[in-house]
Amino acid sequence: MTKGAIADMDDVVLQVSHLSKAFGANVVLRDIDFNVRPGDVTSVIGASGSGKSTLLRCINLLETPTSGQILFHGEDITARHINESAYRAKVGMVFQSFNLFSNMTVLENCIVGQTKVMKRPREDARNNALKYLDRVGMSPYINAKPRQISGGQKQRVAIARALAMEPEILLFDEPTSALDPEMVGEVLEVMRGLAADGMTMIVVTHEMAFARDVSSHVVFMKDGVIWEEGAPAQIFSAPSKDETKEFLSRFMGR
Amino acid sequence: MISNLPTDYWGRIGYLLTHYGQSFLRGAGITIAIALVGTAVGCIIGFLVGIVQTIPVTKKDSWPKRALLWLVRLILNIYVEVFRGTPMMVQAMFIYFGAMQYLHVHMGMWTAAFFILSINTGAYMAETVRGGILSIDVGQTEGAKAIGMTHFQTMLFVVFPQALRNIIPQIGNNLIINIKDSSVLNVIGTVELFYTANQTAGAYYWYFEAMSIAMIVYLVLTFTCSRLLRWWEKKLDGPASYDLATTDTLAYTSGMAKFPVSADEKFVEHSREYDERGDR
Repeated sequence: MTKGAIADMDDVVLQVSHLSKAFGANVVLRDIDFNVRPGDVTSVIGASGSGKSTLLRCINLLETPTSGQILFHGEDITARHINESAYRAKVGMVFQSFNLFSNMTVLENCIVGQTKVMKRPREDARNNALKYLDRVGMSPYINAKPRQISGGQKQRVAIARALAMEPEILLFDEPTSALDPEMVGEVLEVMRGLAADGMTMIVVTHEMAFARDVSSHVVFMKDGVIWEEGAPAQIFSAPSKDETKEFLSRFMGR
Repeated sequence: MISNLPTDYWGRIGYLLTHYGQSFLRGAGITIAIALVGTAVGCIIGFLVGIVQTIPVTKKDSWPKRALLWLVRLILNIYVEVFRGTPMMVQAMFIYFGAMQYLHVHMGMWTAAFFILSINTGAYMAETVRGGILSIDVGQTEGAKAIGMTHFQTMLFVVFPQALRNIIPQIGNNLIINIKDSSVLNVIGTVELFYTANQTAGAYYWYFEAMSIAMIVYLVLTFTCSRLLRWWEKKLDGPASYDLATTDTLAYTSGMAKFPVSADEKFVEHSREYDERGDR
Protein backbone atom coordinates (compact mmCIF):
# COMPACT_ATOMS: atom_id res chain seq x y z
CA MET A 1 0.00 0.00 0.00
CA THR A 2 1.55 3.25 -1.06
CA LYS A 3 0.41 6.27 0.82
CA GLY A 4 2.22 9.50 0.18
CA ALA A 5 0.92 10.96 3.40
CA ILE A 6 2.91 8.54 5.54
CA ALA A 7 5.98 10.74 5.17
CA ASP A 8 4.41 13.47 7.25
CA MET A 9 3.71 11.83 10.59
CA ASP A 10 2.65 15.04 12.28
CA ASP A 11 -0.22 15.54 9.92
CA VAL A 12 -3.43 14.51 11.66
CA VAL A 13 -5.83 12.81 9.22
CA LEU A 14 -8.78 12.58 11.52
CA GLN A 15 -9.54 14.60 14.59
CA VAL A 16 -12.57 13.85 16.71
CA SER A 17 -13.35 16.63 19.15
CA HIS A 18 -16.07 16.93 21.79
CA LEU A 19 -18.15 14.38 19.92
CA SER A 20 -21.45 13.44 21.57
CA LYS A 21 -24.27 11.26 20.38
CA ALA A 22 -27.64 10.72 21.96
CA PHE A 23 -30.52 8.57 20.77
CA GLY A 24 -33.37 10.51 22.33
CA ALA A 25 -32.68 10.71 26.05
CA ASN A 26 -30.13 7.90 25.82
CA VAL A 27 -26.64 9.41 25.67
CA VAL A 28 -24.33 6.94 23.96
CA LEU A 29 -21.21 9.05 23.47
CA ARG A 30 -20.03 11.89 25.72
CA ASP A 31 -17.40 14.40 24.75
CA ILE A 32 -15.13 12.08 22.79
CA ASP A 33 -11.71 13.41 21.77
CA PHE A 34 -9.03 11.61 19.84
CA ASN A 35 -6.70 11.98 16.88
CA VAL A 36 -5.63 9.65 14.12
CA ARG A 37 -2.38 10.10 12.25
CA PRO A 38 -1.46 8.44 8.97
CA GLY A 39 -0.37 4.87 9.57
CA ASP A 40 -1.96 4.69 13.01
CA VAL A 41 -3.73 1.50 13.94
CA THR A 42 -6.14 2.54 16.68
CA SER A 43 -7.94 -0.22 18.54
CA VAL A 44 -11.10 0.73 20.38
CA ILE A 45 -11.89 -1.71 23.17
CA GLY A 46 -14.56 -1.86 25.83
CA ALA A 47 -17.61 -3.82 26.91
CA SER A 48 -20.67 -4.19 24.71
CA GLY A 49 -22.83 -1.08 24.88
CA SER A 50 -19.90 1.17 25.72
CA GLY A 51 -20.42 3.17 22.52
CA LYS A 52 -17.51 1.81 20.45
CA SER A 53 -19.55 0.96 17.38
CA THR A 54 -21.55 4.17 17.58
CA LEU A 55 -18.28 6.10 17.61
CA LEU A 56 -17.15 4.33 14.45
CA ARG A 57 -20.51 4.85 12.78
CA CYS A 58 -20.37 8.54 13.65
CA ILE A 59 -16.94 8.80 12.04
CA ASN A 60 -18.40 7.38 8.84
CA LEU A 61 -21.54 9.54 9.23
CA LEU A 62 -23.79 6.50 9.30
CA GLU A 63 -24.98 8.14 12.51
CA THR A 64 -25.30 11.90 12.74
CA PRO A 65 -23.42 13.22 15.77
CA THR A 66 -25.55 15.20 18.21
CA SER A 67 -22.74 17.67 18.89
CA GLY A 68 -19.02 18.06 18.43
CA GLN A 69 -16.80 17.94 15.41
CA ILE A 70 -15.11 15.39 13.21
CA LEU A 71 -12.27 16.97 11.26
CA PHE A 72 -10.96 15.17 8.20
CA HIS A 73 -7.76 16.89 7.06
CA GLY A 74 -8.89 19.85 9.14
CA GLU A 75 -12.31 20.10 7.55
CA ASP A 76 -15.42 19.54 9.66
CA ILE A 77 -17.35 16.81 7.90
CA THR A 78 -20.43 17.28 10.06
CA ALA A 79 -20.91 20.73 8.48
CA ARG A 80 -24.01 21.21 6.37
CA HIS A 81 -22.28 21.81 3.04
CA ILE A 82 -20.13 18.68 3.16
CA ASN A 83 -20.83 16.02 0.53
CA GLU A 84 -21.22 12.92 2.71
CA SER A 85 -20.84 10.46 -0.16
CA ALA A 86 -17.56 11.96 -1.35
CA TYR A 87 -16.22 11.79 2.21
CA ARG A 88 -17.34 8.21 2.74
CA ALA A 89 -15.59 7.16 -0.45
CA LYS A 90 -12.29 8.14 1.24
CA VAL A 91 -13.06 6.39 4.52
CA GLY A 92 -13.64 2.67 4.10
CA MET A 93 -15.72 0.62 6.47
CA VAL A 94 -15.81 -3.08 7.23
CA PHE A 95 -18.93 -4.24 9.08
CA GLN A 96 -19.55 -6.95 11.62
CA SER A 97 -22.21 -8.44 9.34
CA PHE A 98 -20.11 -8.05 6.13
CA ASN A 99 -22.87 -6.26 4.20
CA LEU A 100 -21.72 -7.59 0.85
CA PHE A 101 -24.19 -6.80 -1.91
CA SER A 102 -26.12 -10.05 -2.25
CA ASN A 103 -27.20 -9.32 -5.83
CA MET A 104 -23.61 -9.21 -7.09
CA THR A 105 -20.73 -11.63 -7.44
CA VAL A 106 -17.60 -11.30 -5.32
CA LEU A 107 -15.82 -9.51 -8.16
CA GLU A 108 -18.74 -7.20 -8.91
CA ASN A 109 -18.88 -6.25 -5.21
CA CYS A 110 -15.34 -4.94 -5.51
CA ILE A 111 -15.88 -3.21 -8.87
CA VAL A 112 -19.16 -1.36 -8.43
CA GLY A 113 -17.87 1.35 -6.08
CA GLN A 114 -14.94 2.09 -8.33
CA THR A 115 -16.99 2.44 -11.51
CA LYS A 116 -20.03 4.17 -10.07
CA VAL A 117 -18.49 6.34 -7.36
CA MET A 118 -14.92 6.92 -8.56
CA LYS A 119 -15.94 6.75 -12.25
CA ARG A 120 -12.99 4.52 -13.07
CA PRO A 121 -13.02 2.74 -16.43
CA ARG A 122 -14.36 -0.76 -15.96
CA GLU A 123 -11.18 -2.50 -17.08
CA ASP A 124 -9.05 -0.59 -14.54
CA ALA A 125 -11.62 -1.22 -11.85
CA ARG A 126 -11.59 -4.93 -12.62
CA ASN A 127 -7.81 -5.18 -12.47
CA ASN A 128 -7.74 -3.22 -9.25
CA ALA A 129 -10.46 -5.39 -7.72
CA LEU A 130 -8.55 -8.53 -8.72
CA LYS A 131 -5.40 -7.13 -7.12
CA TYR A 132 -7.10 -6.65 -3.76
CA LEU A 133 -9.07 -9.89 -3.95
CA ASP A 134 -5.78 -11.65 -4.57
CA ARG A 135 -4.32 -9.89 -1.57
CA VAL A 136 -7.04 -11.22 0.74
CA GLY A 137 -6.77 -14.66 -0.86
CA MET A 138 -10.20 -14.57 -2.49
CA SER A 139 -9.31 -14.37 -6.16
CA PRO A 140 -10.43 -17.94 -6.95
CA TYR A 141 -13.93 -17.08 -5.80
CA ILE A 142 -14.62 -14.06 -7.99
CA ASN A 143 -17.64 -15.68 -9.63
CA ALA A 144 -19.31 -16.73 -6.38
CA LYS A 145 -22.27 -14.92 -4.89
CA PRO A 146 -21.96 -13.87 -1.23
CA ARG A 147 -24.48 -16.50 -0.11
CA GLN A 148 -22.21 -19.22 -1.52
CA ILE A 149 -19.12 -18.47 0.57
CA SER A 150 -18.27 -18.77 4.26
CA GLY A 151 -18.31 -15.98 6.84
CA GLY A 152 -14.55 -15.59 6.91
CA GLN A 153 -14.45 -15.45 3.13
CA LYS A 154 -17.23 -12.86 3.08
CA GLN A 155 -15.33 -10.67 5.49
CA ARG A 156 -12.17 -10.92 3.41
CA VAL A 157 -14.15 -9.88 0.33
CA ALA A 158 -15.61 -7.00 2.32
CA ILE A 159 -12.08 -5.88 3.16
CA ALA A 160 -11.08 -6.14 -0.51
CA ARG A 161 -14.16 -4.11 -1.48
CA ALA A 162 -13.16 -1.37 0.95
CA LEU A 163 -9.51 -1.47 -0.17
CA ALA A 164 -10.46 -1.24 -3.84
CA MET A 165 -11.72 2.28 -3.14
CA GLU A 166 -8.19 3.09 -1.92
CA PRO A 167 -9.41 4.80 1.23
CA GLU A 168 -7.23 6.96 3.45
CA ILE A 169 -8.63 5.37 6.59
CA LEU A 170 -10.23 1.98 7.05
CA LEU A 171 -12.76 1.50 9.83
CA PHE A 172 -13.43 -1.98 11.20
CA ASP A 173 -16.60 -2.49 13.24
CA GLU A 174 -16.04 -5.74 15.16
CA PRO A 175 -14.97 -7.51 11.95
CA THR A 176 -14.61 -10.94 13.57
CA SER A 177 -17.51 -10.93 16.03
CA ALA A 178 -19.94 -12.65 13.68
CA LEU A 179 -17.48 -15.35 12.66
CA ASP A 180 -17.02 -18.91 13.83
CA PRO A 181 -13.83 -19.17 15.92
CA GLU A 182 -12.04 -21.15 13.21
CA MET A 183 -12.52 -18.32 10.72
CA VAL A 184 -11.38 -15.47 12.93
CA GLY A 185 -7.74 -16.19 12.18
CA GLU A 186 -7.92 -15.70 8.43
CA VAL A 187 -9.53 -12.27 8.80
CA LEU A 188 -7.12 -11.10 11.50
CA GLU A 189 -4.26 -12.28 9.31
CA VAL A 190 -5.40 -10.01 6.48
CA MET A 191 -5.76 -7.12 8.93
CA ARG A 192 -2.27 -7.71 10.32
CA GLY A 193 -0.92 -7.50 6.78
CA LEU A 194 -2.68 -4.21 6.19
CA ALA A 195 -1.34 -2.76 9.43
CA ALA A 196 2.17 -3.86 8.51
CA ASP A 197 1.84 -2.06 5.19
CA GLY A 198 1.00 1.20 6.91
CA MET A 199 -2.74 1.33 6.36
CA THR A 200 -4.44 3.80 8.68
CA MET A 201 -7.03 1.82 10.62
CA ILE A 202 -9.51 2.26 13.43
CA VAL A 203 -10.55 -1.12 14.74
CA VAL A 204 -13.39 -1.73 17.16
CA THR A 205 -12.64 -5.19 18.46
CA HIS A 206 -12.96 -7.79 21.18
CA GLU A 207 -9.76 -9.46 19.97
CA MET A 208 -7.43 -8.35 22.75
CA ALA A 209 -4.40 -10.12 21.33
CA PHE A 210 -4.86 -8.21 18.08
CA ALA A 211 -5.28 -4.90 19.92
CA ARG A 212 -2.16 -5.58 21.99
CA ASP A 213 0.10 -6.85 19.24
CA VAL A 214 -0.94 -4.96 16.14
CA SER A 215 -2.25 -1.56 17.14
CA SER A 216 -0.16 1.52 17.70
CA HIS A 217 -2.76 3.10 19.95
CA VAL A 218 -5.48 1.68 22.18
CA VAL A 219 -8.62 3.46 23.31
CA PHE A 220 -10.63 2.01 26.19
CA MET A 221 -14.27 3.08 26.35
CA LYS A 222 -16.86 2.64 29.06
CA ASP A 223 -20.34 4.17 29.28
CA GLY A 224 -19.80 6.35 26.22
CA VAL A 225 -16.62 7.92 27.54
CA ILE A 226 -12.96 7.37 26.72
CA TRP A 227 -11.58 6.27 30.10
CA GLU A 228 -8.06 5.66 29.07
CA GLU A 229 -5.95 5.69 25.96
CA GLY A 230 -2.33 5.11 25.14
CA ALA A 231 0.23 2.76 23.71
CA PRO A 232 -0.84 -0.90 23.83
CA ALA A 233 2.05 -1.81 26.12
CA GLN A 234 0.90 0.74 28.67
CA ILE A 235 -2.83 -0.09 28.47
CA PHE A 236 -2.33 -3.84 28.64
CA SER A 237 0.52 -4.06 31.15
CA ALA A 238 0.05 -0.99 33.30
CA PRO A 239 -3.45 0.43 32.99
CA SER A 240 -3.90 3.48 35.17
CA LYS A 241 -7.65 3.20 35.73
CA ASP A 242 -9.37 0.52 37.80
CA GLU A 243 -12.10 0.20 35.18
CA THR A 244 -9.53 -0.66 32.51
CA LYS A 245 -7.92 -3.23 34.81
CA GLU A 246 -11.26 -4.81 35.60
CA PHE A 247 -12.25 -4.98 31.92
CA LEU A 248 -8.93 -6.43 30.83
CA SER A 249 -8.82 -9.01 33.62
CA ARG A 250 -12.21 -10.28 32.54
CA PHE A 251 -11.12 -10.52 28.92
CA MET A 252 -7.54 -11.66 29.23
CA GLY A 253 -8.25 -14.12 32.02
CA ARG A 254 -10.13 -16.45 29.71
CA MET B 1 -81.54 -20.51 -41.06
CA ILE B 2 -82.29 -21.12 -37.39
CA SER B 3 -82.83 -24.81 -37.95
CA ASN B 4 -79.22 -25.04 -39.21
CA LEU B 5 -77.77 -23.96 -35.86
CA PRO B 6 -76.43 -26.72 -33.59
CA THR B 7 -78.41 -27.42 -30.42
CA ASP B 8 -75.91 -29.43 -28.36
CA TYR B 9 -73.07 -28.01 -26.22
CA TRP B 10 -70.11 -29.25 -28.26
CA GLY B 11 -71.80 -28.41 -31.50
CA ARG B 12 -72.31 -24.83 -30.39
CA ILE B 13 -68.73 -24.57 -29.14
CA GLY B 14 -67.54 -25.80 -32.52
CA TYR B 15 -69.80 -23.33 -34.30
CA LEU B 16 -68.56 -20.41 -32.21
CA LEU B 17 -64.94 -21.39 -32.72
CA THR B 18 -65.25 -21.70 -36.49
CA HIS B 19 -67.26 -18.52 -36.95
CA TYR B 20 -65.95 -16.34 -34.15
CA GLY B 21 -62.52 -17.85 -33.45
CA GLN B 22 -60.86 -14.82 -35.02
CA SER B 23 -62.84 -12.44 -32.81
CA PHE B 24 -61.99 -14.41 -29.68
CA LEU B 25 -58.30 -14.41 -30.64
CA ARG B 26 -58.36 -10.67 -31.25
CA GLY B 27 -60.11 -10.17 -27.91
CA ALA B 28 -57.51 -12.32 -26.16
CA GLY B 29 -54.74 -10.36 -27.89
CA ILE B 30 -56.21 -7.06 -26.74
CA THR B 31 -56.67 -8.39 -23.20
CA ILE B 32 -53.05 -9.54 -22.94
CA ALA B 33 -51.75 -6.32 -24.55
CA ILE B 34 -53.70 -4.13 -22.11
CA ALA B 35 -52.68 -6.28 -19.15
CA LEU B 36 -48.98 -6.32 -20.11
CA VAL B 37 -48.74 -2.59 -20.80
CA GLY B 38 -50.88 -1.72 -17.77
CA THR B 39 -48.73 -3.88 -15.50
CA ALA B 40 -45.44 -2.60 -16.94
CA VAL B 41 -46.42 1.07 -16.72
CA GLY B 42 -48.02 0.41 -13.34
CA CYS B 43 -44.74 -1.08 -12.13
CA ILE B 44 -42.82 1.97 -13.31
CA ILE B 45 -45.29 4.25 -11.52
CA GLY B 46 -45.05 2.01 -8.46
CA PHE B 47 -41.24 2.12 -8.51
CA LEU B 48 -41.16 5.90 -8.81
CA VAL B 49 -43.67 6.36 -5.99
CA GLY B 50 -41.86 3.74 -3.92
CA ILE B 51 -38.54 5.59 -4.34
CA VAL B 52 -40.02 8.93 -3.32
CA GLN B 53 -41.69 7.36 -0.29
CA THR B 54 -38.37 5.94 0.92
CA ILE B 55 -36.11 8.98 0.38
CA PRO B 56 -34.49 9.58 3.77
CA VAL B 57 -34.98 13.02 5.28
CA THR B 58 -32.29 14.26 7.64
CA LYS B 59 -32.01 17.36 9.74
CA LYS B 60 -29.25 18.50 7.40
CA ASP B 61 -31.68 18.97 4.52
CA SER B 62 -32.84 22.48 3.84
CA TRP B 63 -36.45 23.33 4.64
CA PRO B 64 -37.61 23.91 1.02
CA LYS B 65 -36.46 20.40 0.16
CA ARG B 66 -38.28 18.98 3.17
CA ALA B 67 -41.43 20.96 2.43
CA LEU B 68 -41.42 19.87 -1.22
CA LEU B 69 -40.91 16.26 -0.25
CA TRP B 70 -43.73 16.50 2.29
CA LEU B 71 -46.09 17.89 -0.36
CA VAL B 72 -45.14 15.32 -3.00
CA ARG B 73 -45.61 12.51 -0.49
CA LEU B 74 -49.00 13.86 0.52
CA ILE B 75 -50.15 13.89 -3.11
CA LEU B 76 -48.80 10.39 -3.68
CA ASN B 77 -50.52 9.11 -0.56
CA ILE B 78 -53.82 10.53 -1.76
CA TYR B 79 -53.26 8.92 -5.17
CA VAL B 80 -52.57 5.52 -3.63
CA GLU B 81 -55.52 5.67 -1.24
CA VAL B 82 -58.01 6.85 -3.89
CA PHE B 83 -57.06 4.32 -6.56
CA ARG B 84 -56.74 1.40 -4.19
CA GLY B 85 -59.93 2.35 -2.41
CA THR B 86 -62.35 2.58 -5.32
CA PRO B 87 -63.45 -0.10 -7.85
CA MET B 88 -61.69 -0.01 -11.20
CA MET B 89 -64.99 -0.20 -13.04
CA VAL B 90 -66.16 2.99 -11.37
CA GLN B 91 -62.77 4.65 -11.96
CA ALA B 92 -62.98 3.72 -15.64
CA MET B 93 -66.37 5.34 -16.14
CA PHE B 94 -65.50 8.30 -13.92
CA ILE B 95 -62.35 9.11 -15.88
CA TYR B 96 -63.60 8.21 -19.35
CA PHE B 97 -66.88 10.12 -19.18
CA GLY B 98 -65.46 12.90 -17.00
CA ALA B 99 -62.76 13.58 -19.57
CA MET B 100 -65.29 13.52 -22.39
CA GLN B 101 -67.94 15.75 -20.82
CA TYR B 102 -65.89 18.32 -18.95
CA LEU B 103 -62.43 18.31 -20.54
CA HIS B 104 -63.71 17.53 -24.03
CA VAL B 105 -61.06 14.86 -24.38
CA HIS B 106 -62.28 11.78 -26.14
CA MET B 107 -59.92 8.99 -25.19
CA GLY B 108 -59.63 6.18 -27.69
CA MET B 109 -60.19 2.59 -26.61
CA TRP B 110 -56.47 1.93 -26.18
CA THR B 111 -55.60 5.17 -24.44
CA ALA B 112 -58.41 4.81 -21.93
CA ALA B 113 -57.62 1.17 -21.22
CA PHE B 114 -53.88 1.72 -20.79
CA PHE B 115 -54.38 4.83 -18.70
CA ILE B 116 -56.88 3.36 -16.27
CA LEU B 117 -55.16 0.02 -15.84
CA SER B 118 -51.75 1.68 -15.41
CA ILE B 119 -52.71 4.14 -12.69
CA ASN B 120 -54.72 1.47 -10.91
CA THR B 121 -51.83 -0.99 -10.96
CA GLY B 122 -49.45 1.82 -10.00
CA ALA B 123 -51.38 2.44 -6.81
CA TYR B 124 -51.04 -1.19 -5.77
CA MET B 125 -47.45 -1.47 -6.93
CA ALA B 126 -46.43 1.63 -4.97
CA GLU B 127 -47.15 -0.18 -1.72
CA THR B 128 -45.59 -3.40 -3.00
CA VAL B 129 -42.39 -1.60 -4.00
CA ARG B 130 -42.27 0.22 -0.68
CA GLY B 131 -42.58 -3.14 1.06
CA GLY B 132 -39.91 -4.60 -1.22
CA ILE B 133 -37.50 -1.79 -0.41
CA LEU B 134 -38.18 -2.08 3.33
CA SER B 135 -37.56 -5.82 3.17
CA ILE B 136 -33.93 -5.30 2.11
CA ASP B 137 -31.59 -5.50 5.09
CA VAL B 138 -30.36 -2.08 6.20
CA GLY B 139 -26.83 -3.51 6.04
CA GLN B 140 -27.03 -3.47 2.23
CA THR B 141 -27.74 0.25 2.29
CA GLU B 142 -24.99 0.89 4.82
CA GLY B 143 -22.52 -1.15 2.79
CA ALA B 144 -23.33 0.93 -0.28
CA LYS B 145 -23.13 4.21 1.59
CA ALA B 146 -19.82 3.21 3.15
CA ILE B 147 -18.20 3.02 -0.30
CA GLY B 148 -19.54 6.46 -1.12
CA MET B 149 -22.70 5.72 -3.07
CA THR B 150 -25.39 8.38 -3.07
CA HIS B 151 -28.97 7.51 -2.12
CA PHE B 152 -29.87 7.26 -5.80
CA GLN B 153 -26.93 4.98 -6.64
CA THR B 154 -27.63 2.82 -3.58
CA MET B 155 -31.21 2.40 -4.71
CA LEU B 156 -30.40 1.78 -8.35
CA PHE B 157 -27.52 -0.67 -8.03
CA VAL B 158 -28.04 -2.39 -4.69
CA VAL B 159 -31.50 -2.11 -3.15
CA PHE B 160 -33.62 -2.15 -6.29
CA PRO B 161 -32.32 -5.29 -7.96
CA GLN B 162 -32.87 -7.14 -4.68
CA ALA B 163 -36.27 -5.57 -4.03
CA LEU B 164 -37.31 -6.40 -7.59
CA ARG B 165 -36.41 -10.03 -7.08
CA ASN B 166 -38.48 -10.12 -3.89
CA ILE B 167 -41.56 -8.54 -5.44
CA ILE B 168 -41.68 -10.56 -8.67
CA PRO B 169 -44.35 -12.86 -7.18
CA GLN B 170 -46.40 -9.75 -6.47
CA ILE B 171 -45.82 -8.38 -9.98
CA GLY B 172 -47.04 -11.75 -11.25
CA ASN B 173 -50.11 -11.44 -9.08
CA ASN B 174 -50.80 -8.02 -10.53
CA LEU B 175 -50.36 -9.21 -14.09
CA ILE B 176 -52.79 -12.06 -13.55
CA ILE B 177 -55.28 -9.79 -11.80
CA ASN B 178 -54.96 -7.34 -14.70
CA ILE B 179 -55.58 -10.03 -17.32
CA LYS B 180 -58.82 -10.85 -15.54
CA ASP B 181 -59.87 -7.42 -14.34
CA SER B 182 -59.32 -5.73 -17.69
CA SER B 183 -62.73 -7.34 -18.40
CA VAL B 184 -64.39 -4.51 -16.46
CA LEU B 185 -63.14 -2.10 -19.13
CA ASN B 186 -65.99 -3.37 -21.33
CA VAL B 187 -68.05 -0.63 -19.64
CA ILE B 188 -66.12 1.98 -21.62
CA GLY B 189 -66.25 -0.08 -24.79
CA THR B 190 -62.84 -1.73 -24.77
CA VAL B 191 -63.17 -4.71 -27.09
CA GLU B 192 -61.24 -7.20 -24.98
CA LEU B 193 -61.90 -10.88 -24.45
CA PHE B 194 -64.93 -10.59 -22.16
CA TYR B 195 -66.53 -7.95 -24.40
CA THR B 196 -66.08 -10.22 -27.40
CA ALA B 197 -67.47 -13.24 -25.57
CA ASN B 198 -70.41 -11.26 -24.28
CA GLN B 199 -71.27 -9.90 -27.72
CA THR B 200 -71.09 -13.33 -29.27
CA ALA B 201 -73.14 -14.86 -26.49
CA GLY B 202 -75.79 -12.16 -26.87
CA ALA B 203 -76.13 -12.77 -30.58
CA TYR B 204 -77.23 -16.40 -30.08
CA TYR B 205 -78.20 -16.46 -26.38
CA TRP B 206 -75.46 -19.07 -25.98
CA TYR B 207 -74.05 -17.63 -22.76
CA PHE B 208 -72.78 -20.87 -21.31
CA GLU B 209 -70.95 -21.86 -24.49
CA ALA B 210 -69.37 -18.45 -25.12
CA MET B 211 -68.29 -18.12 -21.50
CA SER B 212 -66.83 -21.64 -21.58
CA ILE B 213 -64.50 -20.49 -24.33
CA ALA B 214 -63.71 -17.26 -22.49
CA MET B 215 -62.94 -19.21 -19.28
CA ILE B 216 -60.49 -21.46 -21.08
CA VAL B 217 -58.79 -18.62 -22.93
CA TYR B 218 -58.41 -16.62 -19.68
CA LEU B 219 -56.97 -19.66 -17.93
CA VAL B 220 -54.48 -20.29 -20.74
CA LEU B 221 -53.35 -16.65 -20.60
CA THR B 222 -52.93 -16.53 -16.82
CA PHE B 223 -51.28 -19.93 -16.57
CA THR B 224 -48.77 -19.08 -19.30
CA CYS B 225 -47.93 -15.81 -17.55
CA SER B 226 -47.43 -17.42 -14.17
CA ARG B 227 -45.08 -20.05 -15.65
CA LEU B 228 -43.08 -17.39 -17.52
CA LEU B 229 -42.70 -15.36 -14.33
CA ARG B 230 -41.42 -18.41 -12.44
CA TRP B 231 -38.84 -18.91 -15.15
CA TRP B 232 -37.80 -15.27 -14.91
CA GLU B 233 -37.42 -15.57 -11.13
CA LYS B 234 -35.14 -18.57 -11.53
CA LYS B 235 -33.10 -16.74 -14.12
CA LEU B 236 -32.62 -13.75 -11.81
CA ASP B 237 -31.45 -16.03 -9.00
CA GLY B 238 -28.52 -17.09 -11.14
CA PRO B 239 -26.86 -20.49 -11.07
CA ALA B 240 -26.81 -22.43 -7.82
CA SER B 241 -23.14 -23.19 -8.31
CA TYR B 242 -20.18 -21.13 -9.43
CA ASP B 243 -16.91 -21.74 -11.24
CA LEU B 244 -13.64 -21.37 -9.41
CA ALA B 245 -11.43 -19.04 -11.39
CA THR B 246 -8.86 -21.67 -12.21
CA THR B 247 -6.74 -19.49 -14.45
CA ASP B 248 -5.58 -17.93 -11.23
CA THR B 249 -2.41 -19.39 -9.80
CA LEU B 250 -3.87 -19.27 -6.31
CA ALA B 251 -6.61 -21.71 -7.19
CA TYR B 252 -5.99 -25.26 -6.11
CA THR B 253 -7.99 -27.15 -8.67
CA SER B 254 -6.98 -27.86 -12.21
CA GLY B 255 -9.64 -27.70 -14.86
CA MET B 256 -13.10 -26.45 -14.15
CA ALA B 257 -14.62 -27.15 -10.78
CA LYS B 258 -18.15 -26.56 -9.63
CA PHE B 259 -19.05 -25.61 -6.11
CA PRO B 260 -21.21 -26.85 -4.56
CA VAL B 261 -21.08 -30.16 -6.39
CA SER B 262 -24.83 -30.47 -6.37
CA ALA B 263 -27.62 -28.33 -5.07
CA ASP B 264 -28.28 -30.73 -2.18
CA GLU B 265 -24.70 -30.88 -1.07
CA LYS B 266 -23.72 -28.18 1.33
CA PHE B 267 -20.75 -26.01 0.48
CA VAL B 268 -17.51 -27.10 2.13
CA GLU B 269 -15.54 -24.65 4.22
CA HIS B 270 -12.27 -23.55 2.73
CA SER B 271 -10.61 -22.00 5.70
CA ARG B 272 -8.43 -25.07 6.17
CA GLU B 273 -7.09 -24.77 2.64
CA TYR B 274 -6.48 -21.14 3.26
CA ASP B 275 -4.48 -21.90 6.38
CA GLU B 276 -2.37 -24.43 4.51
CA ARG B 277 -1.41 -21.82 1.98
CA GLY B 278 0.67 -20.23 4.70
CA ASP B 279 1.22 -16.54 5.04
CA ARG B 280 1.18 -14.39 2.04
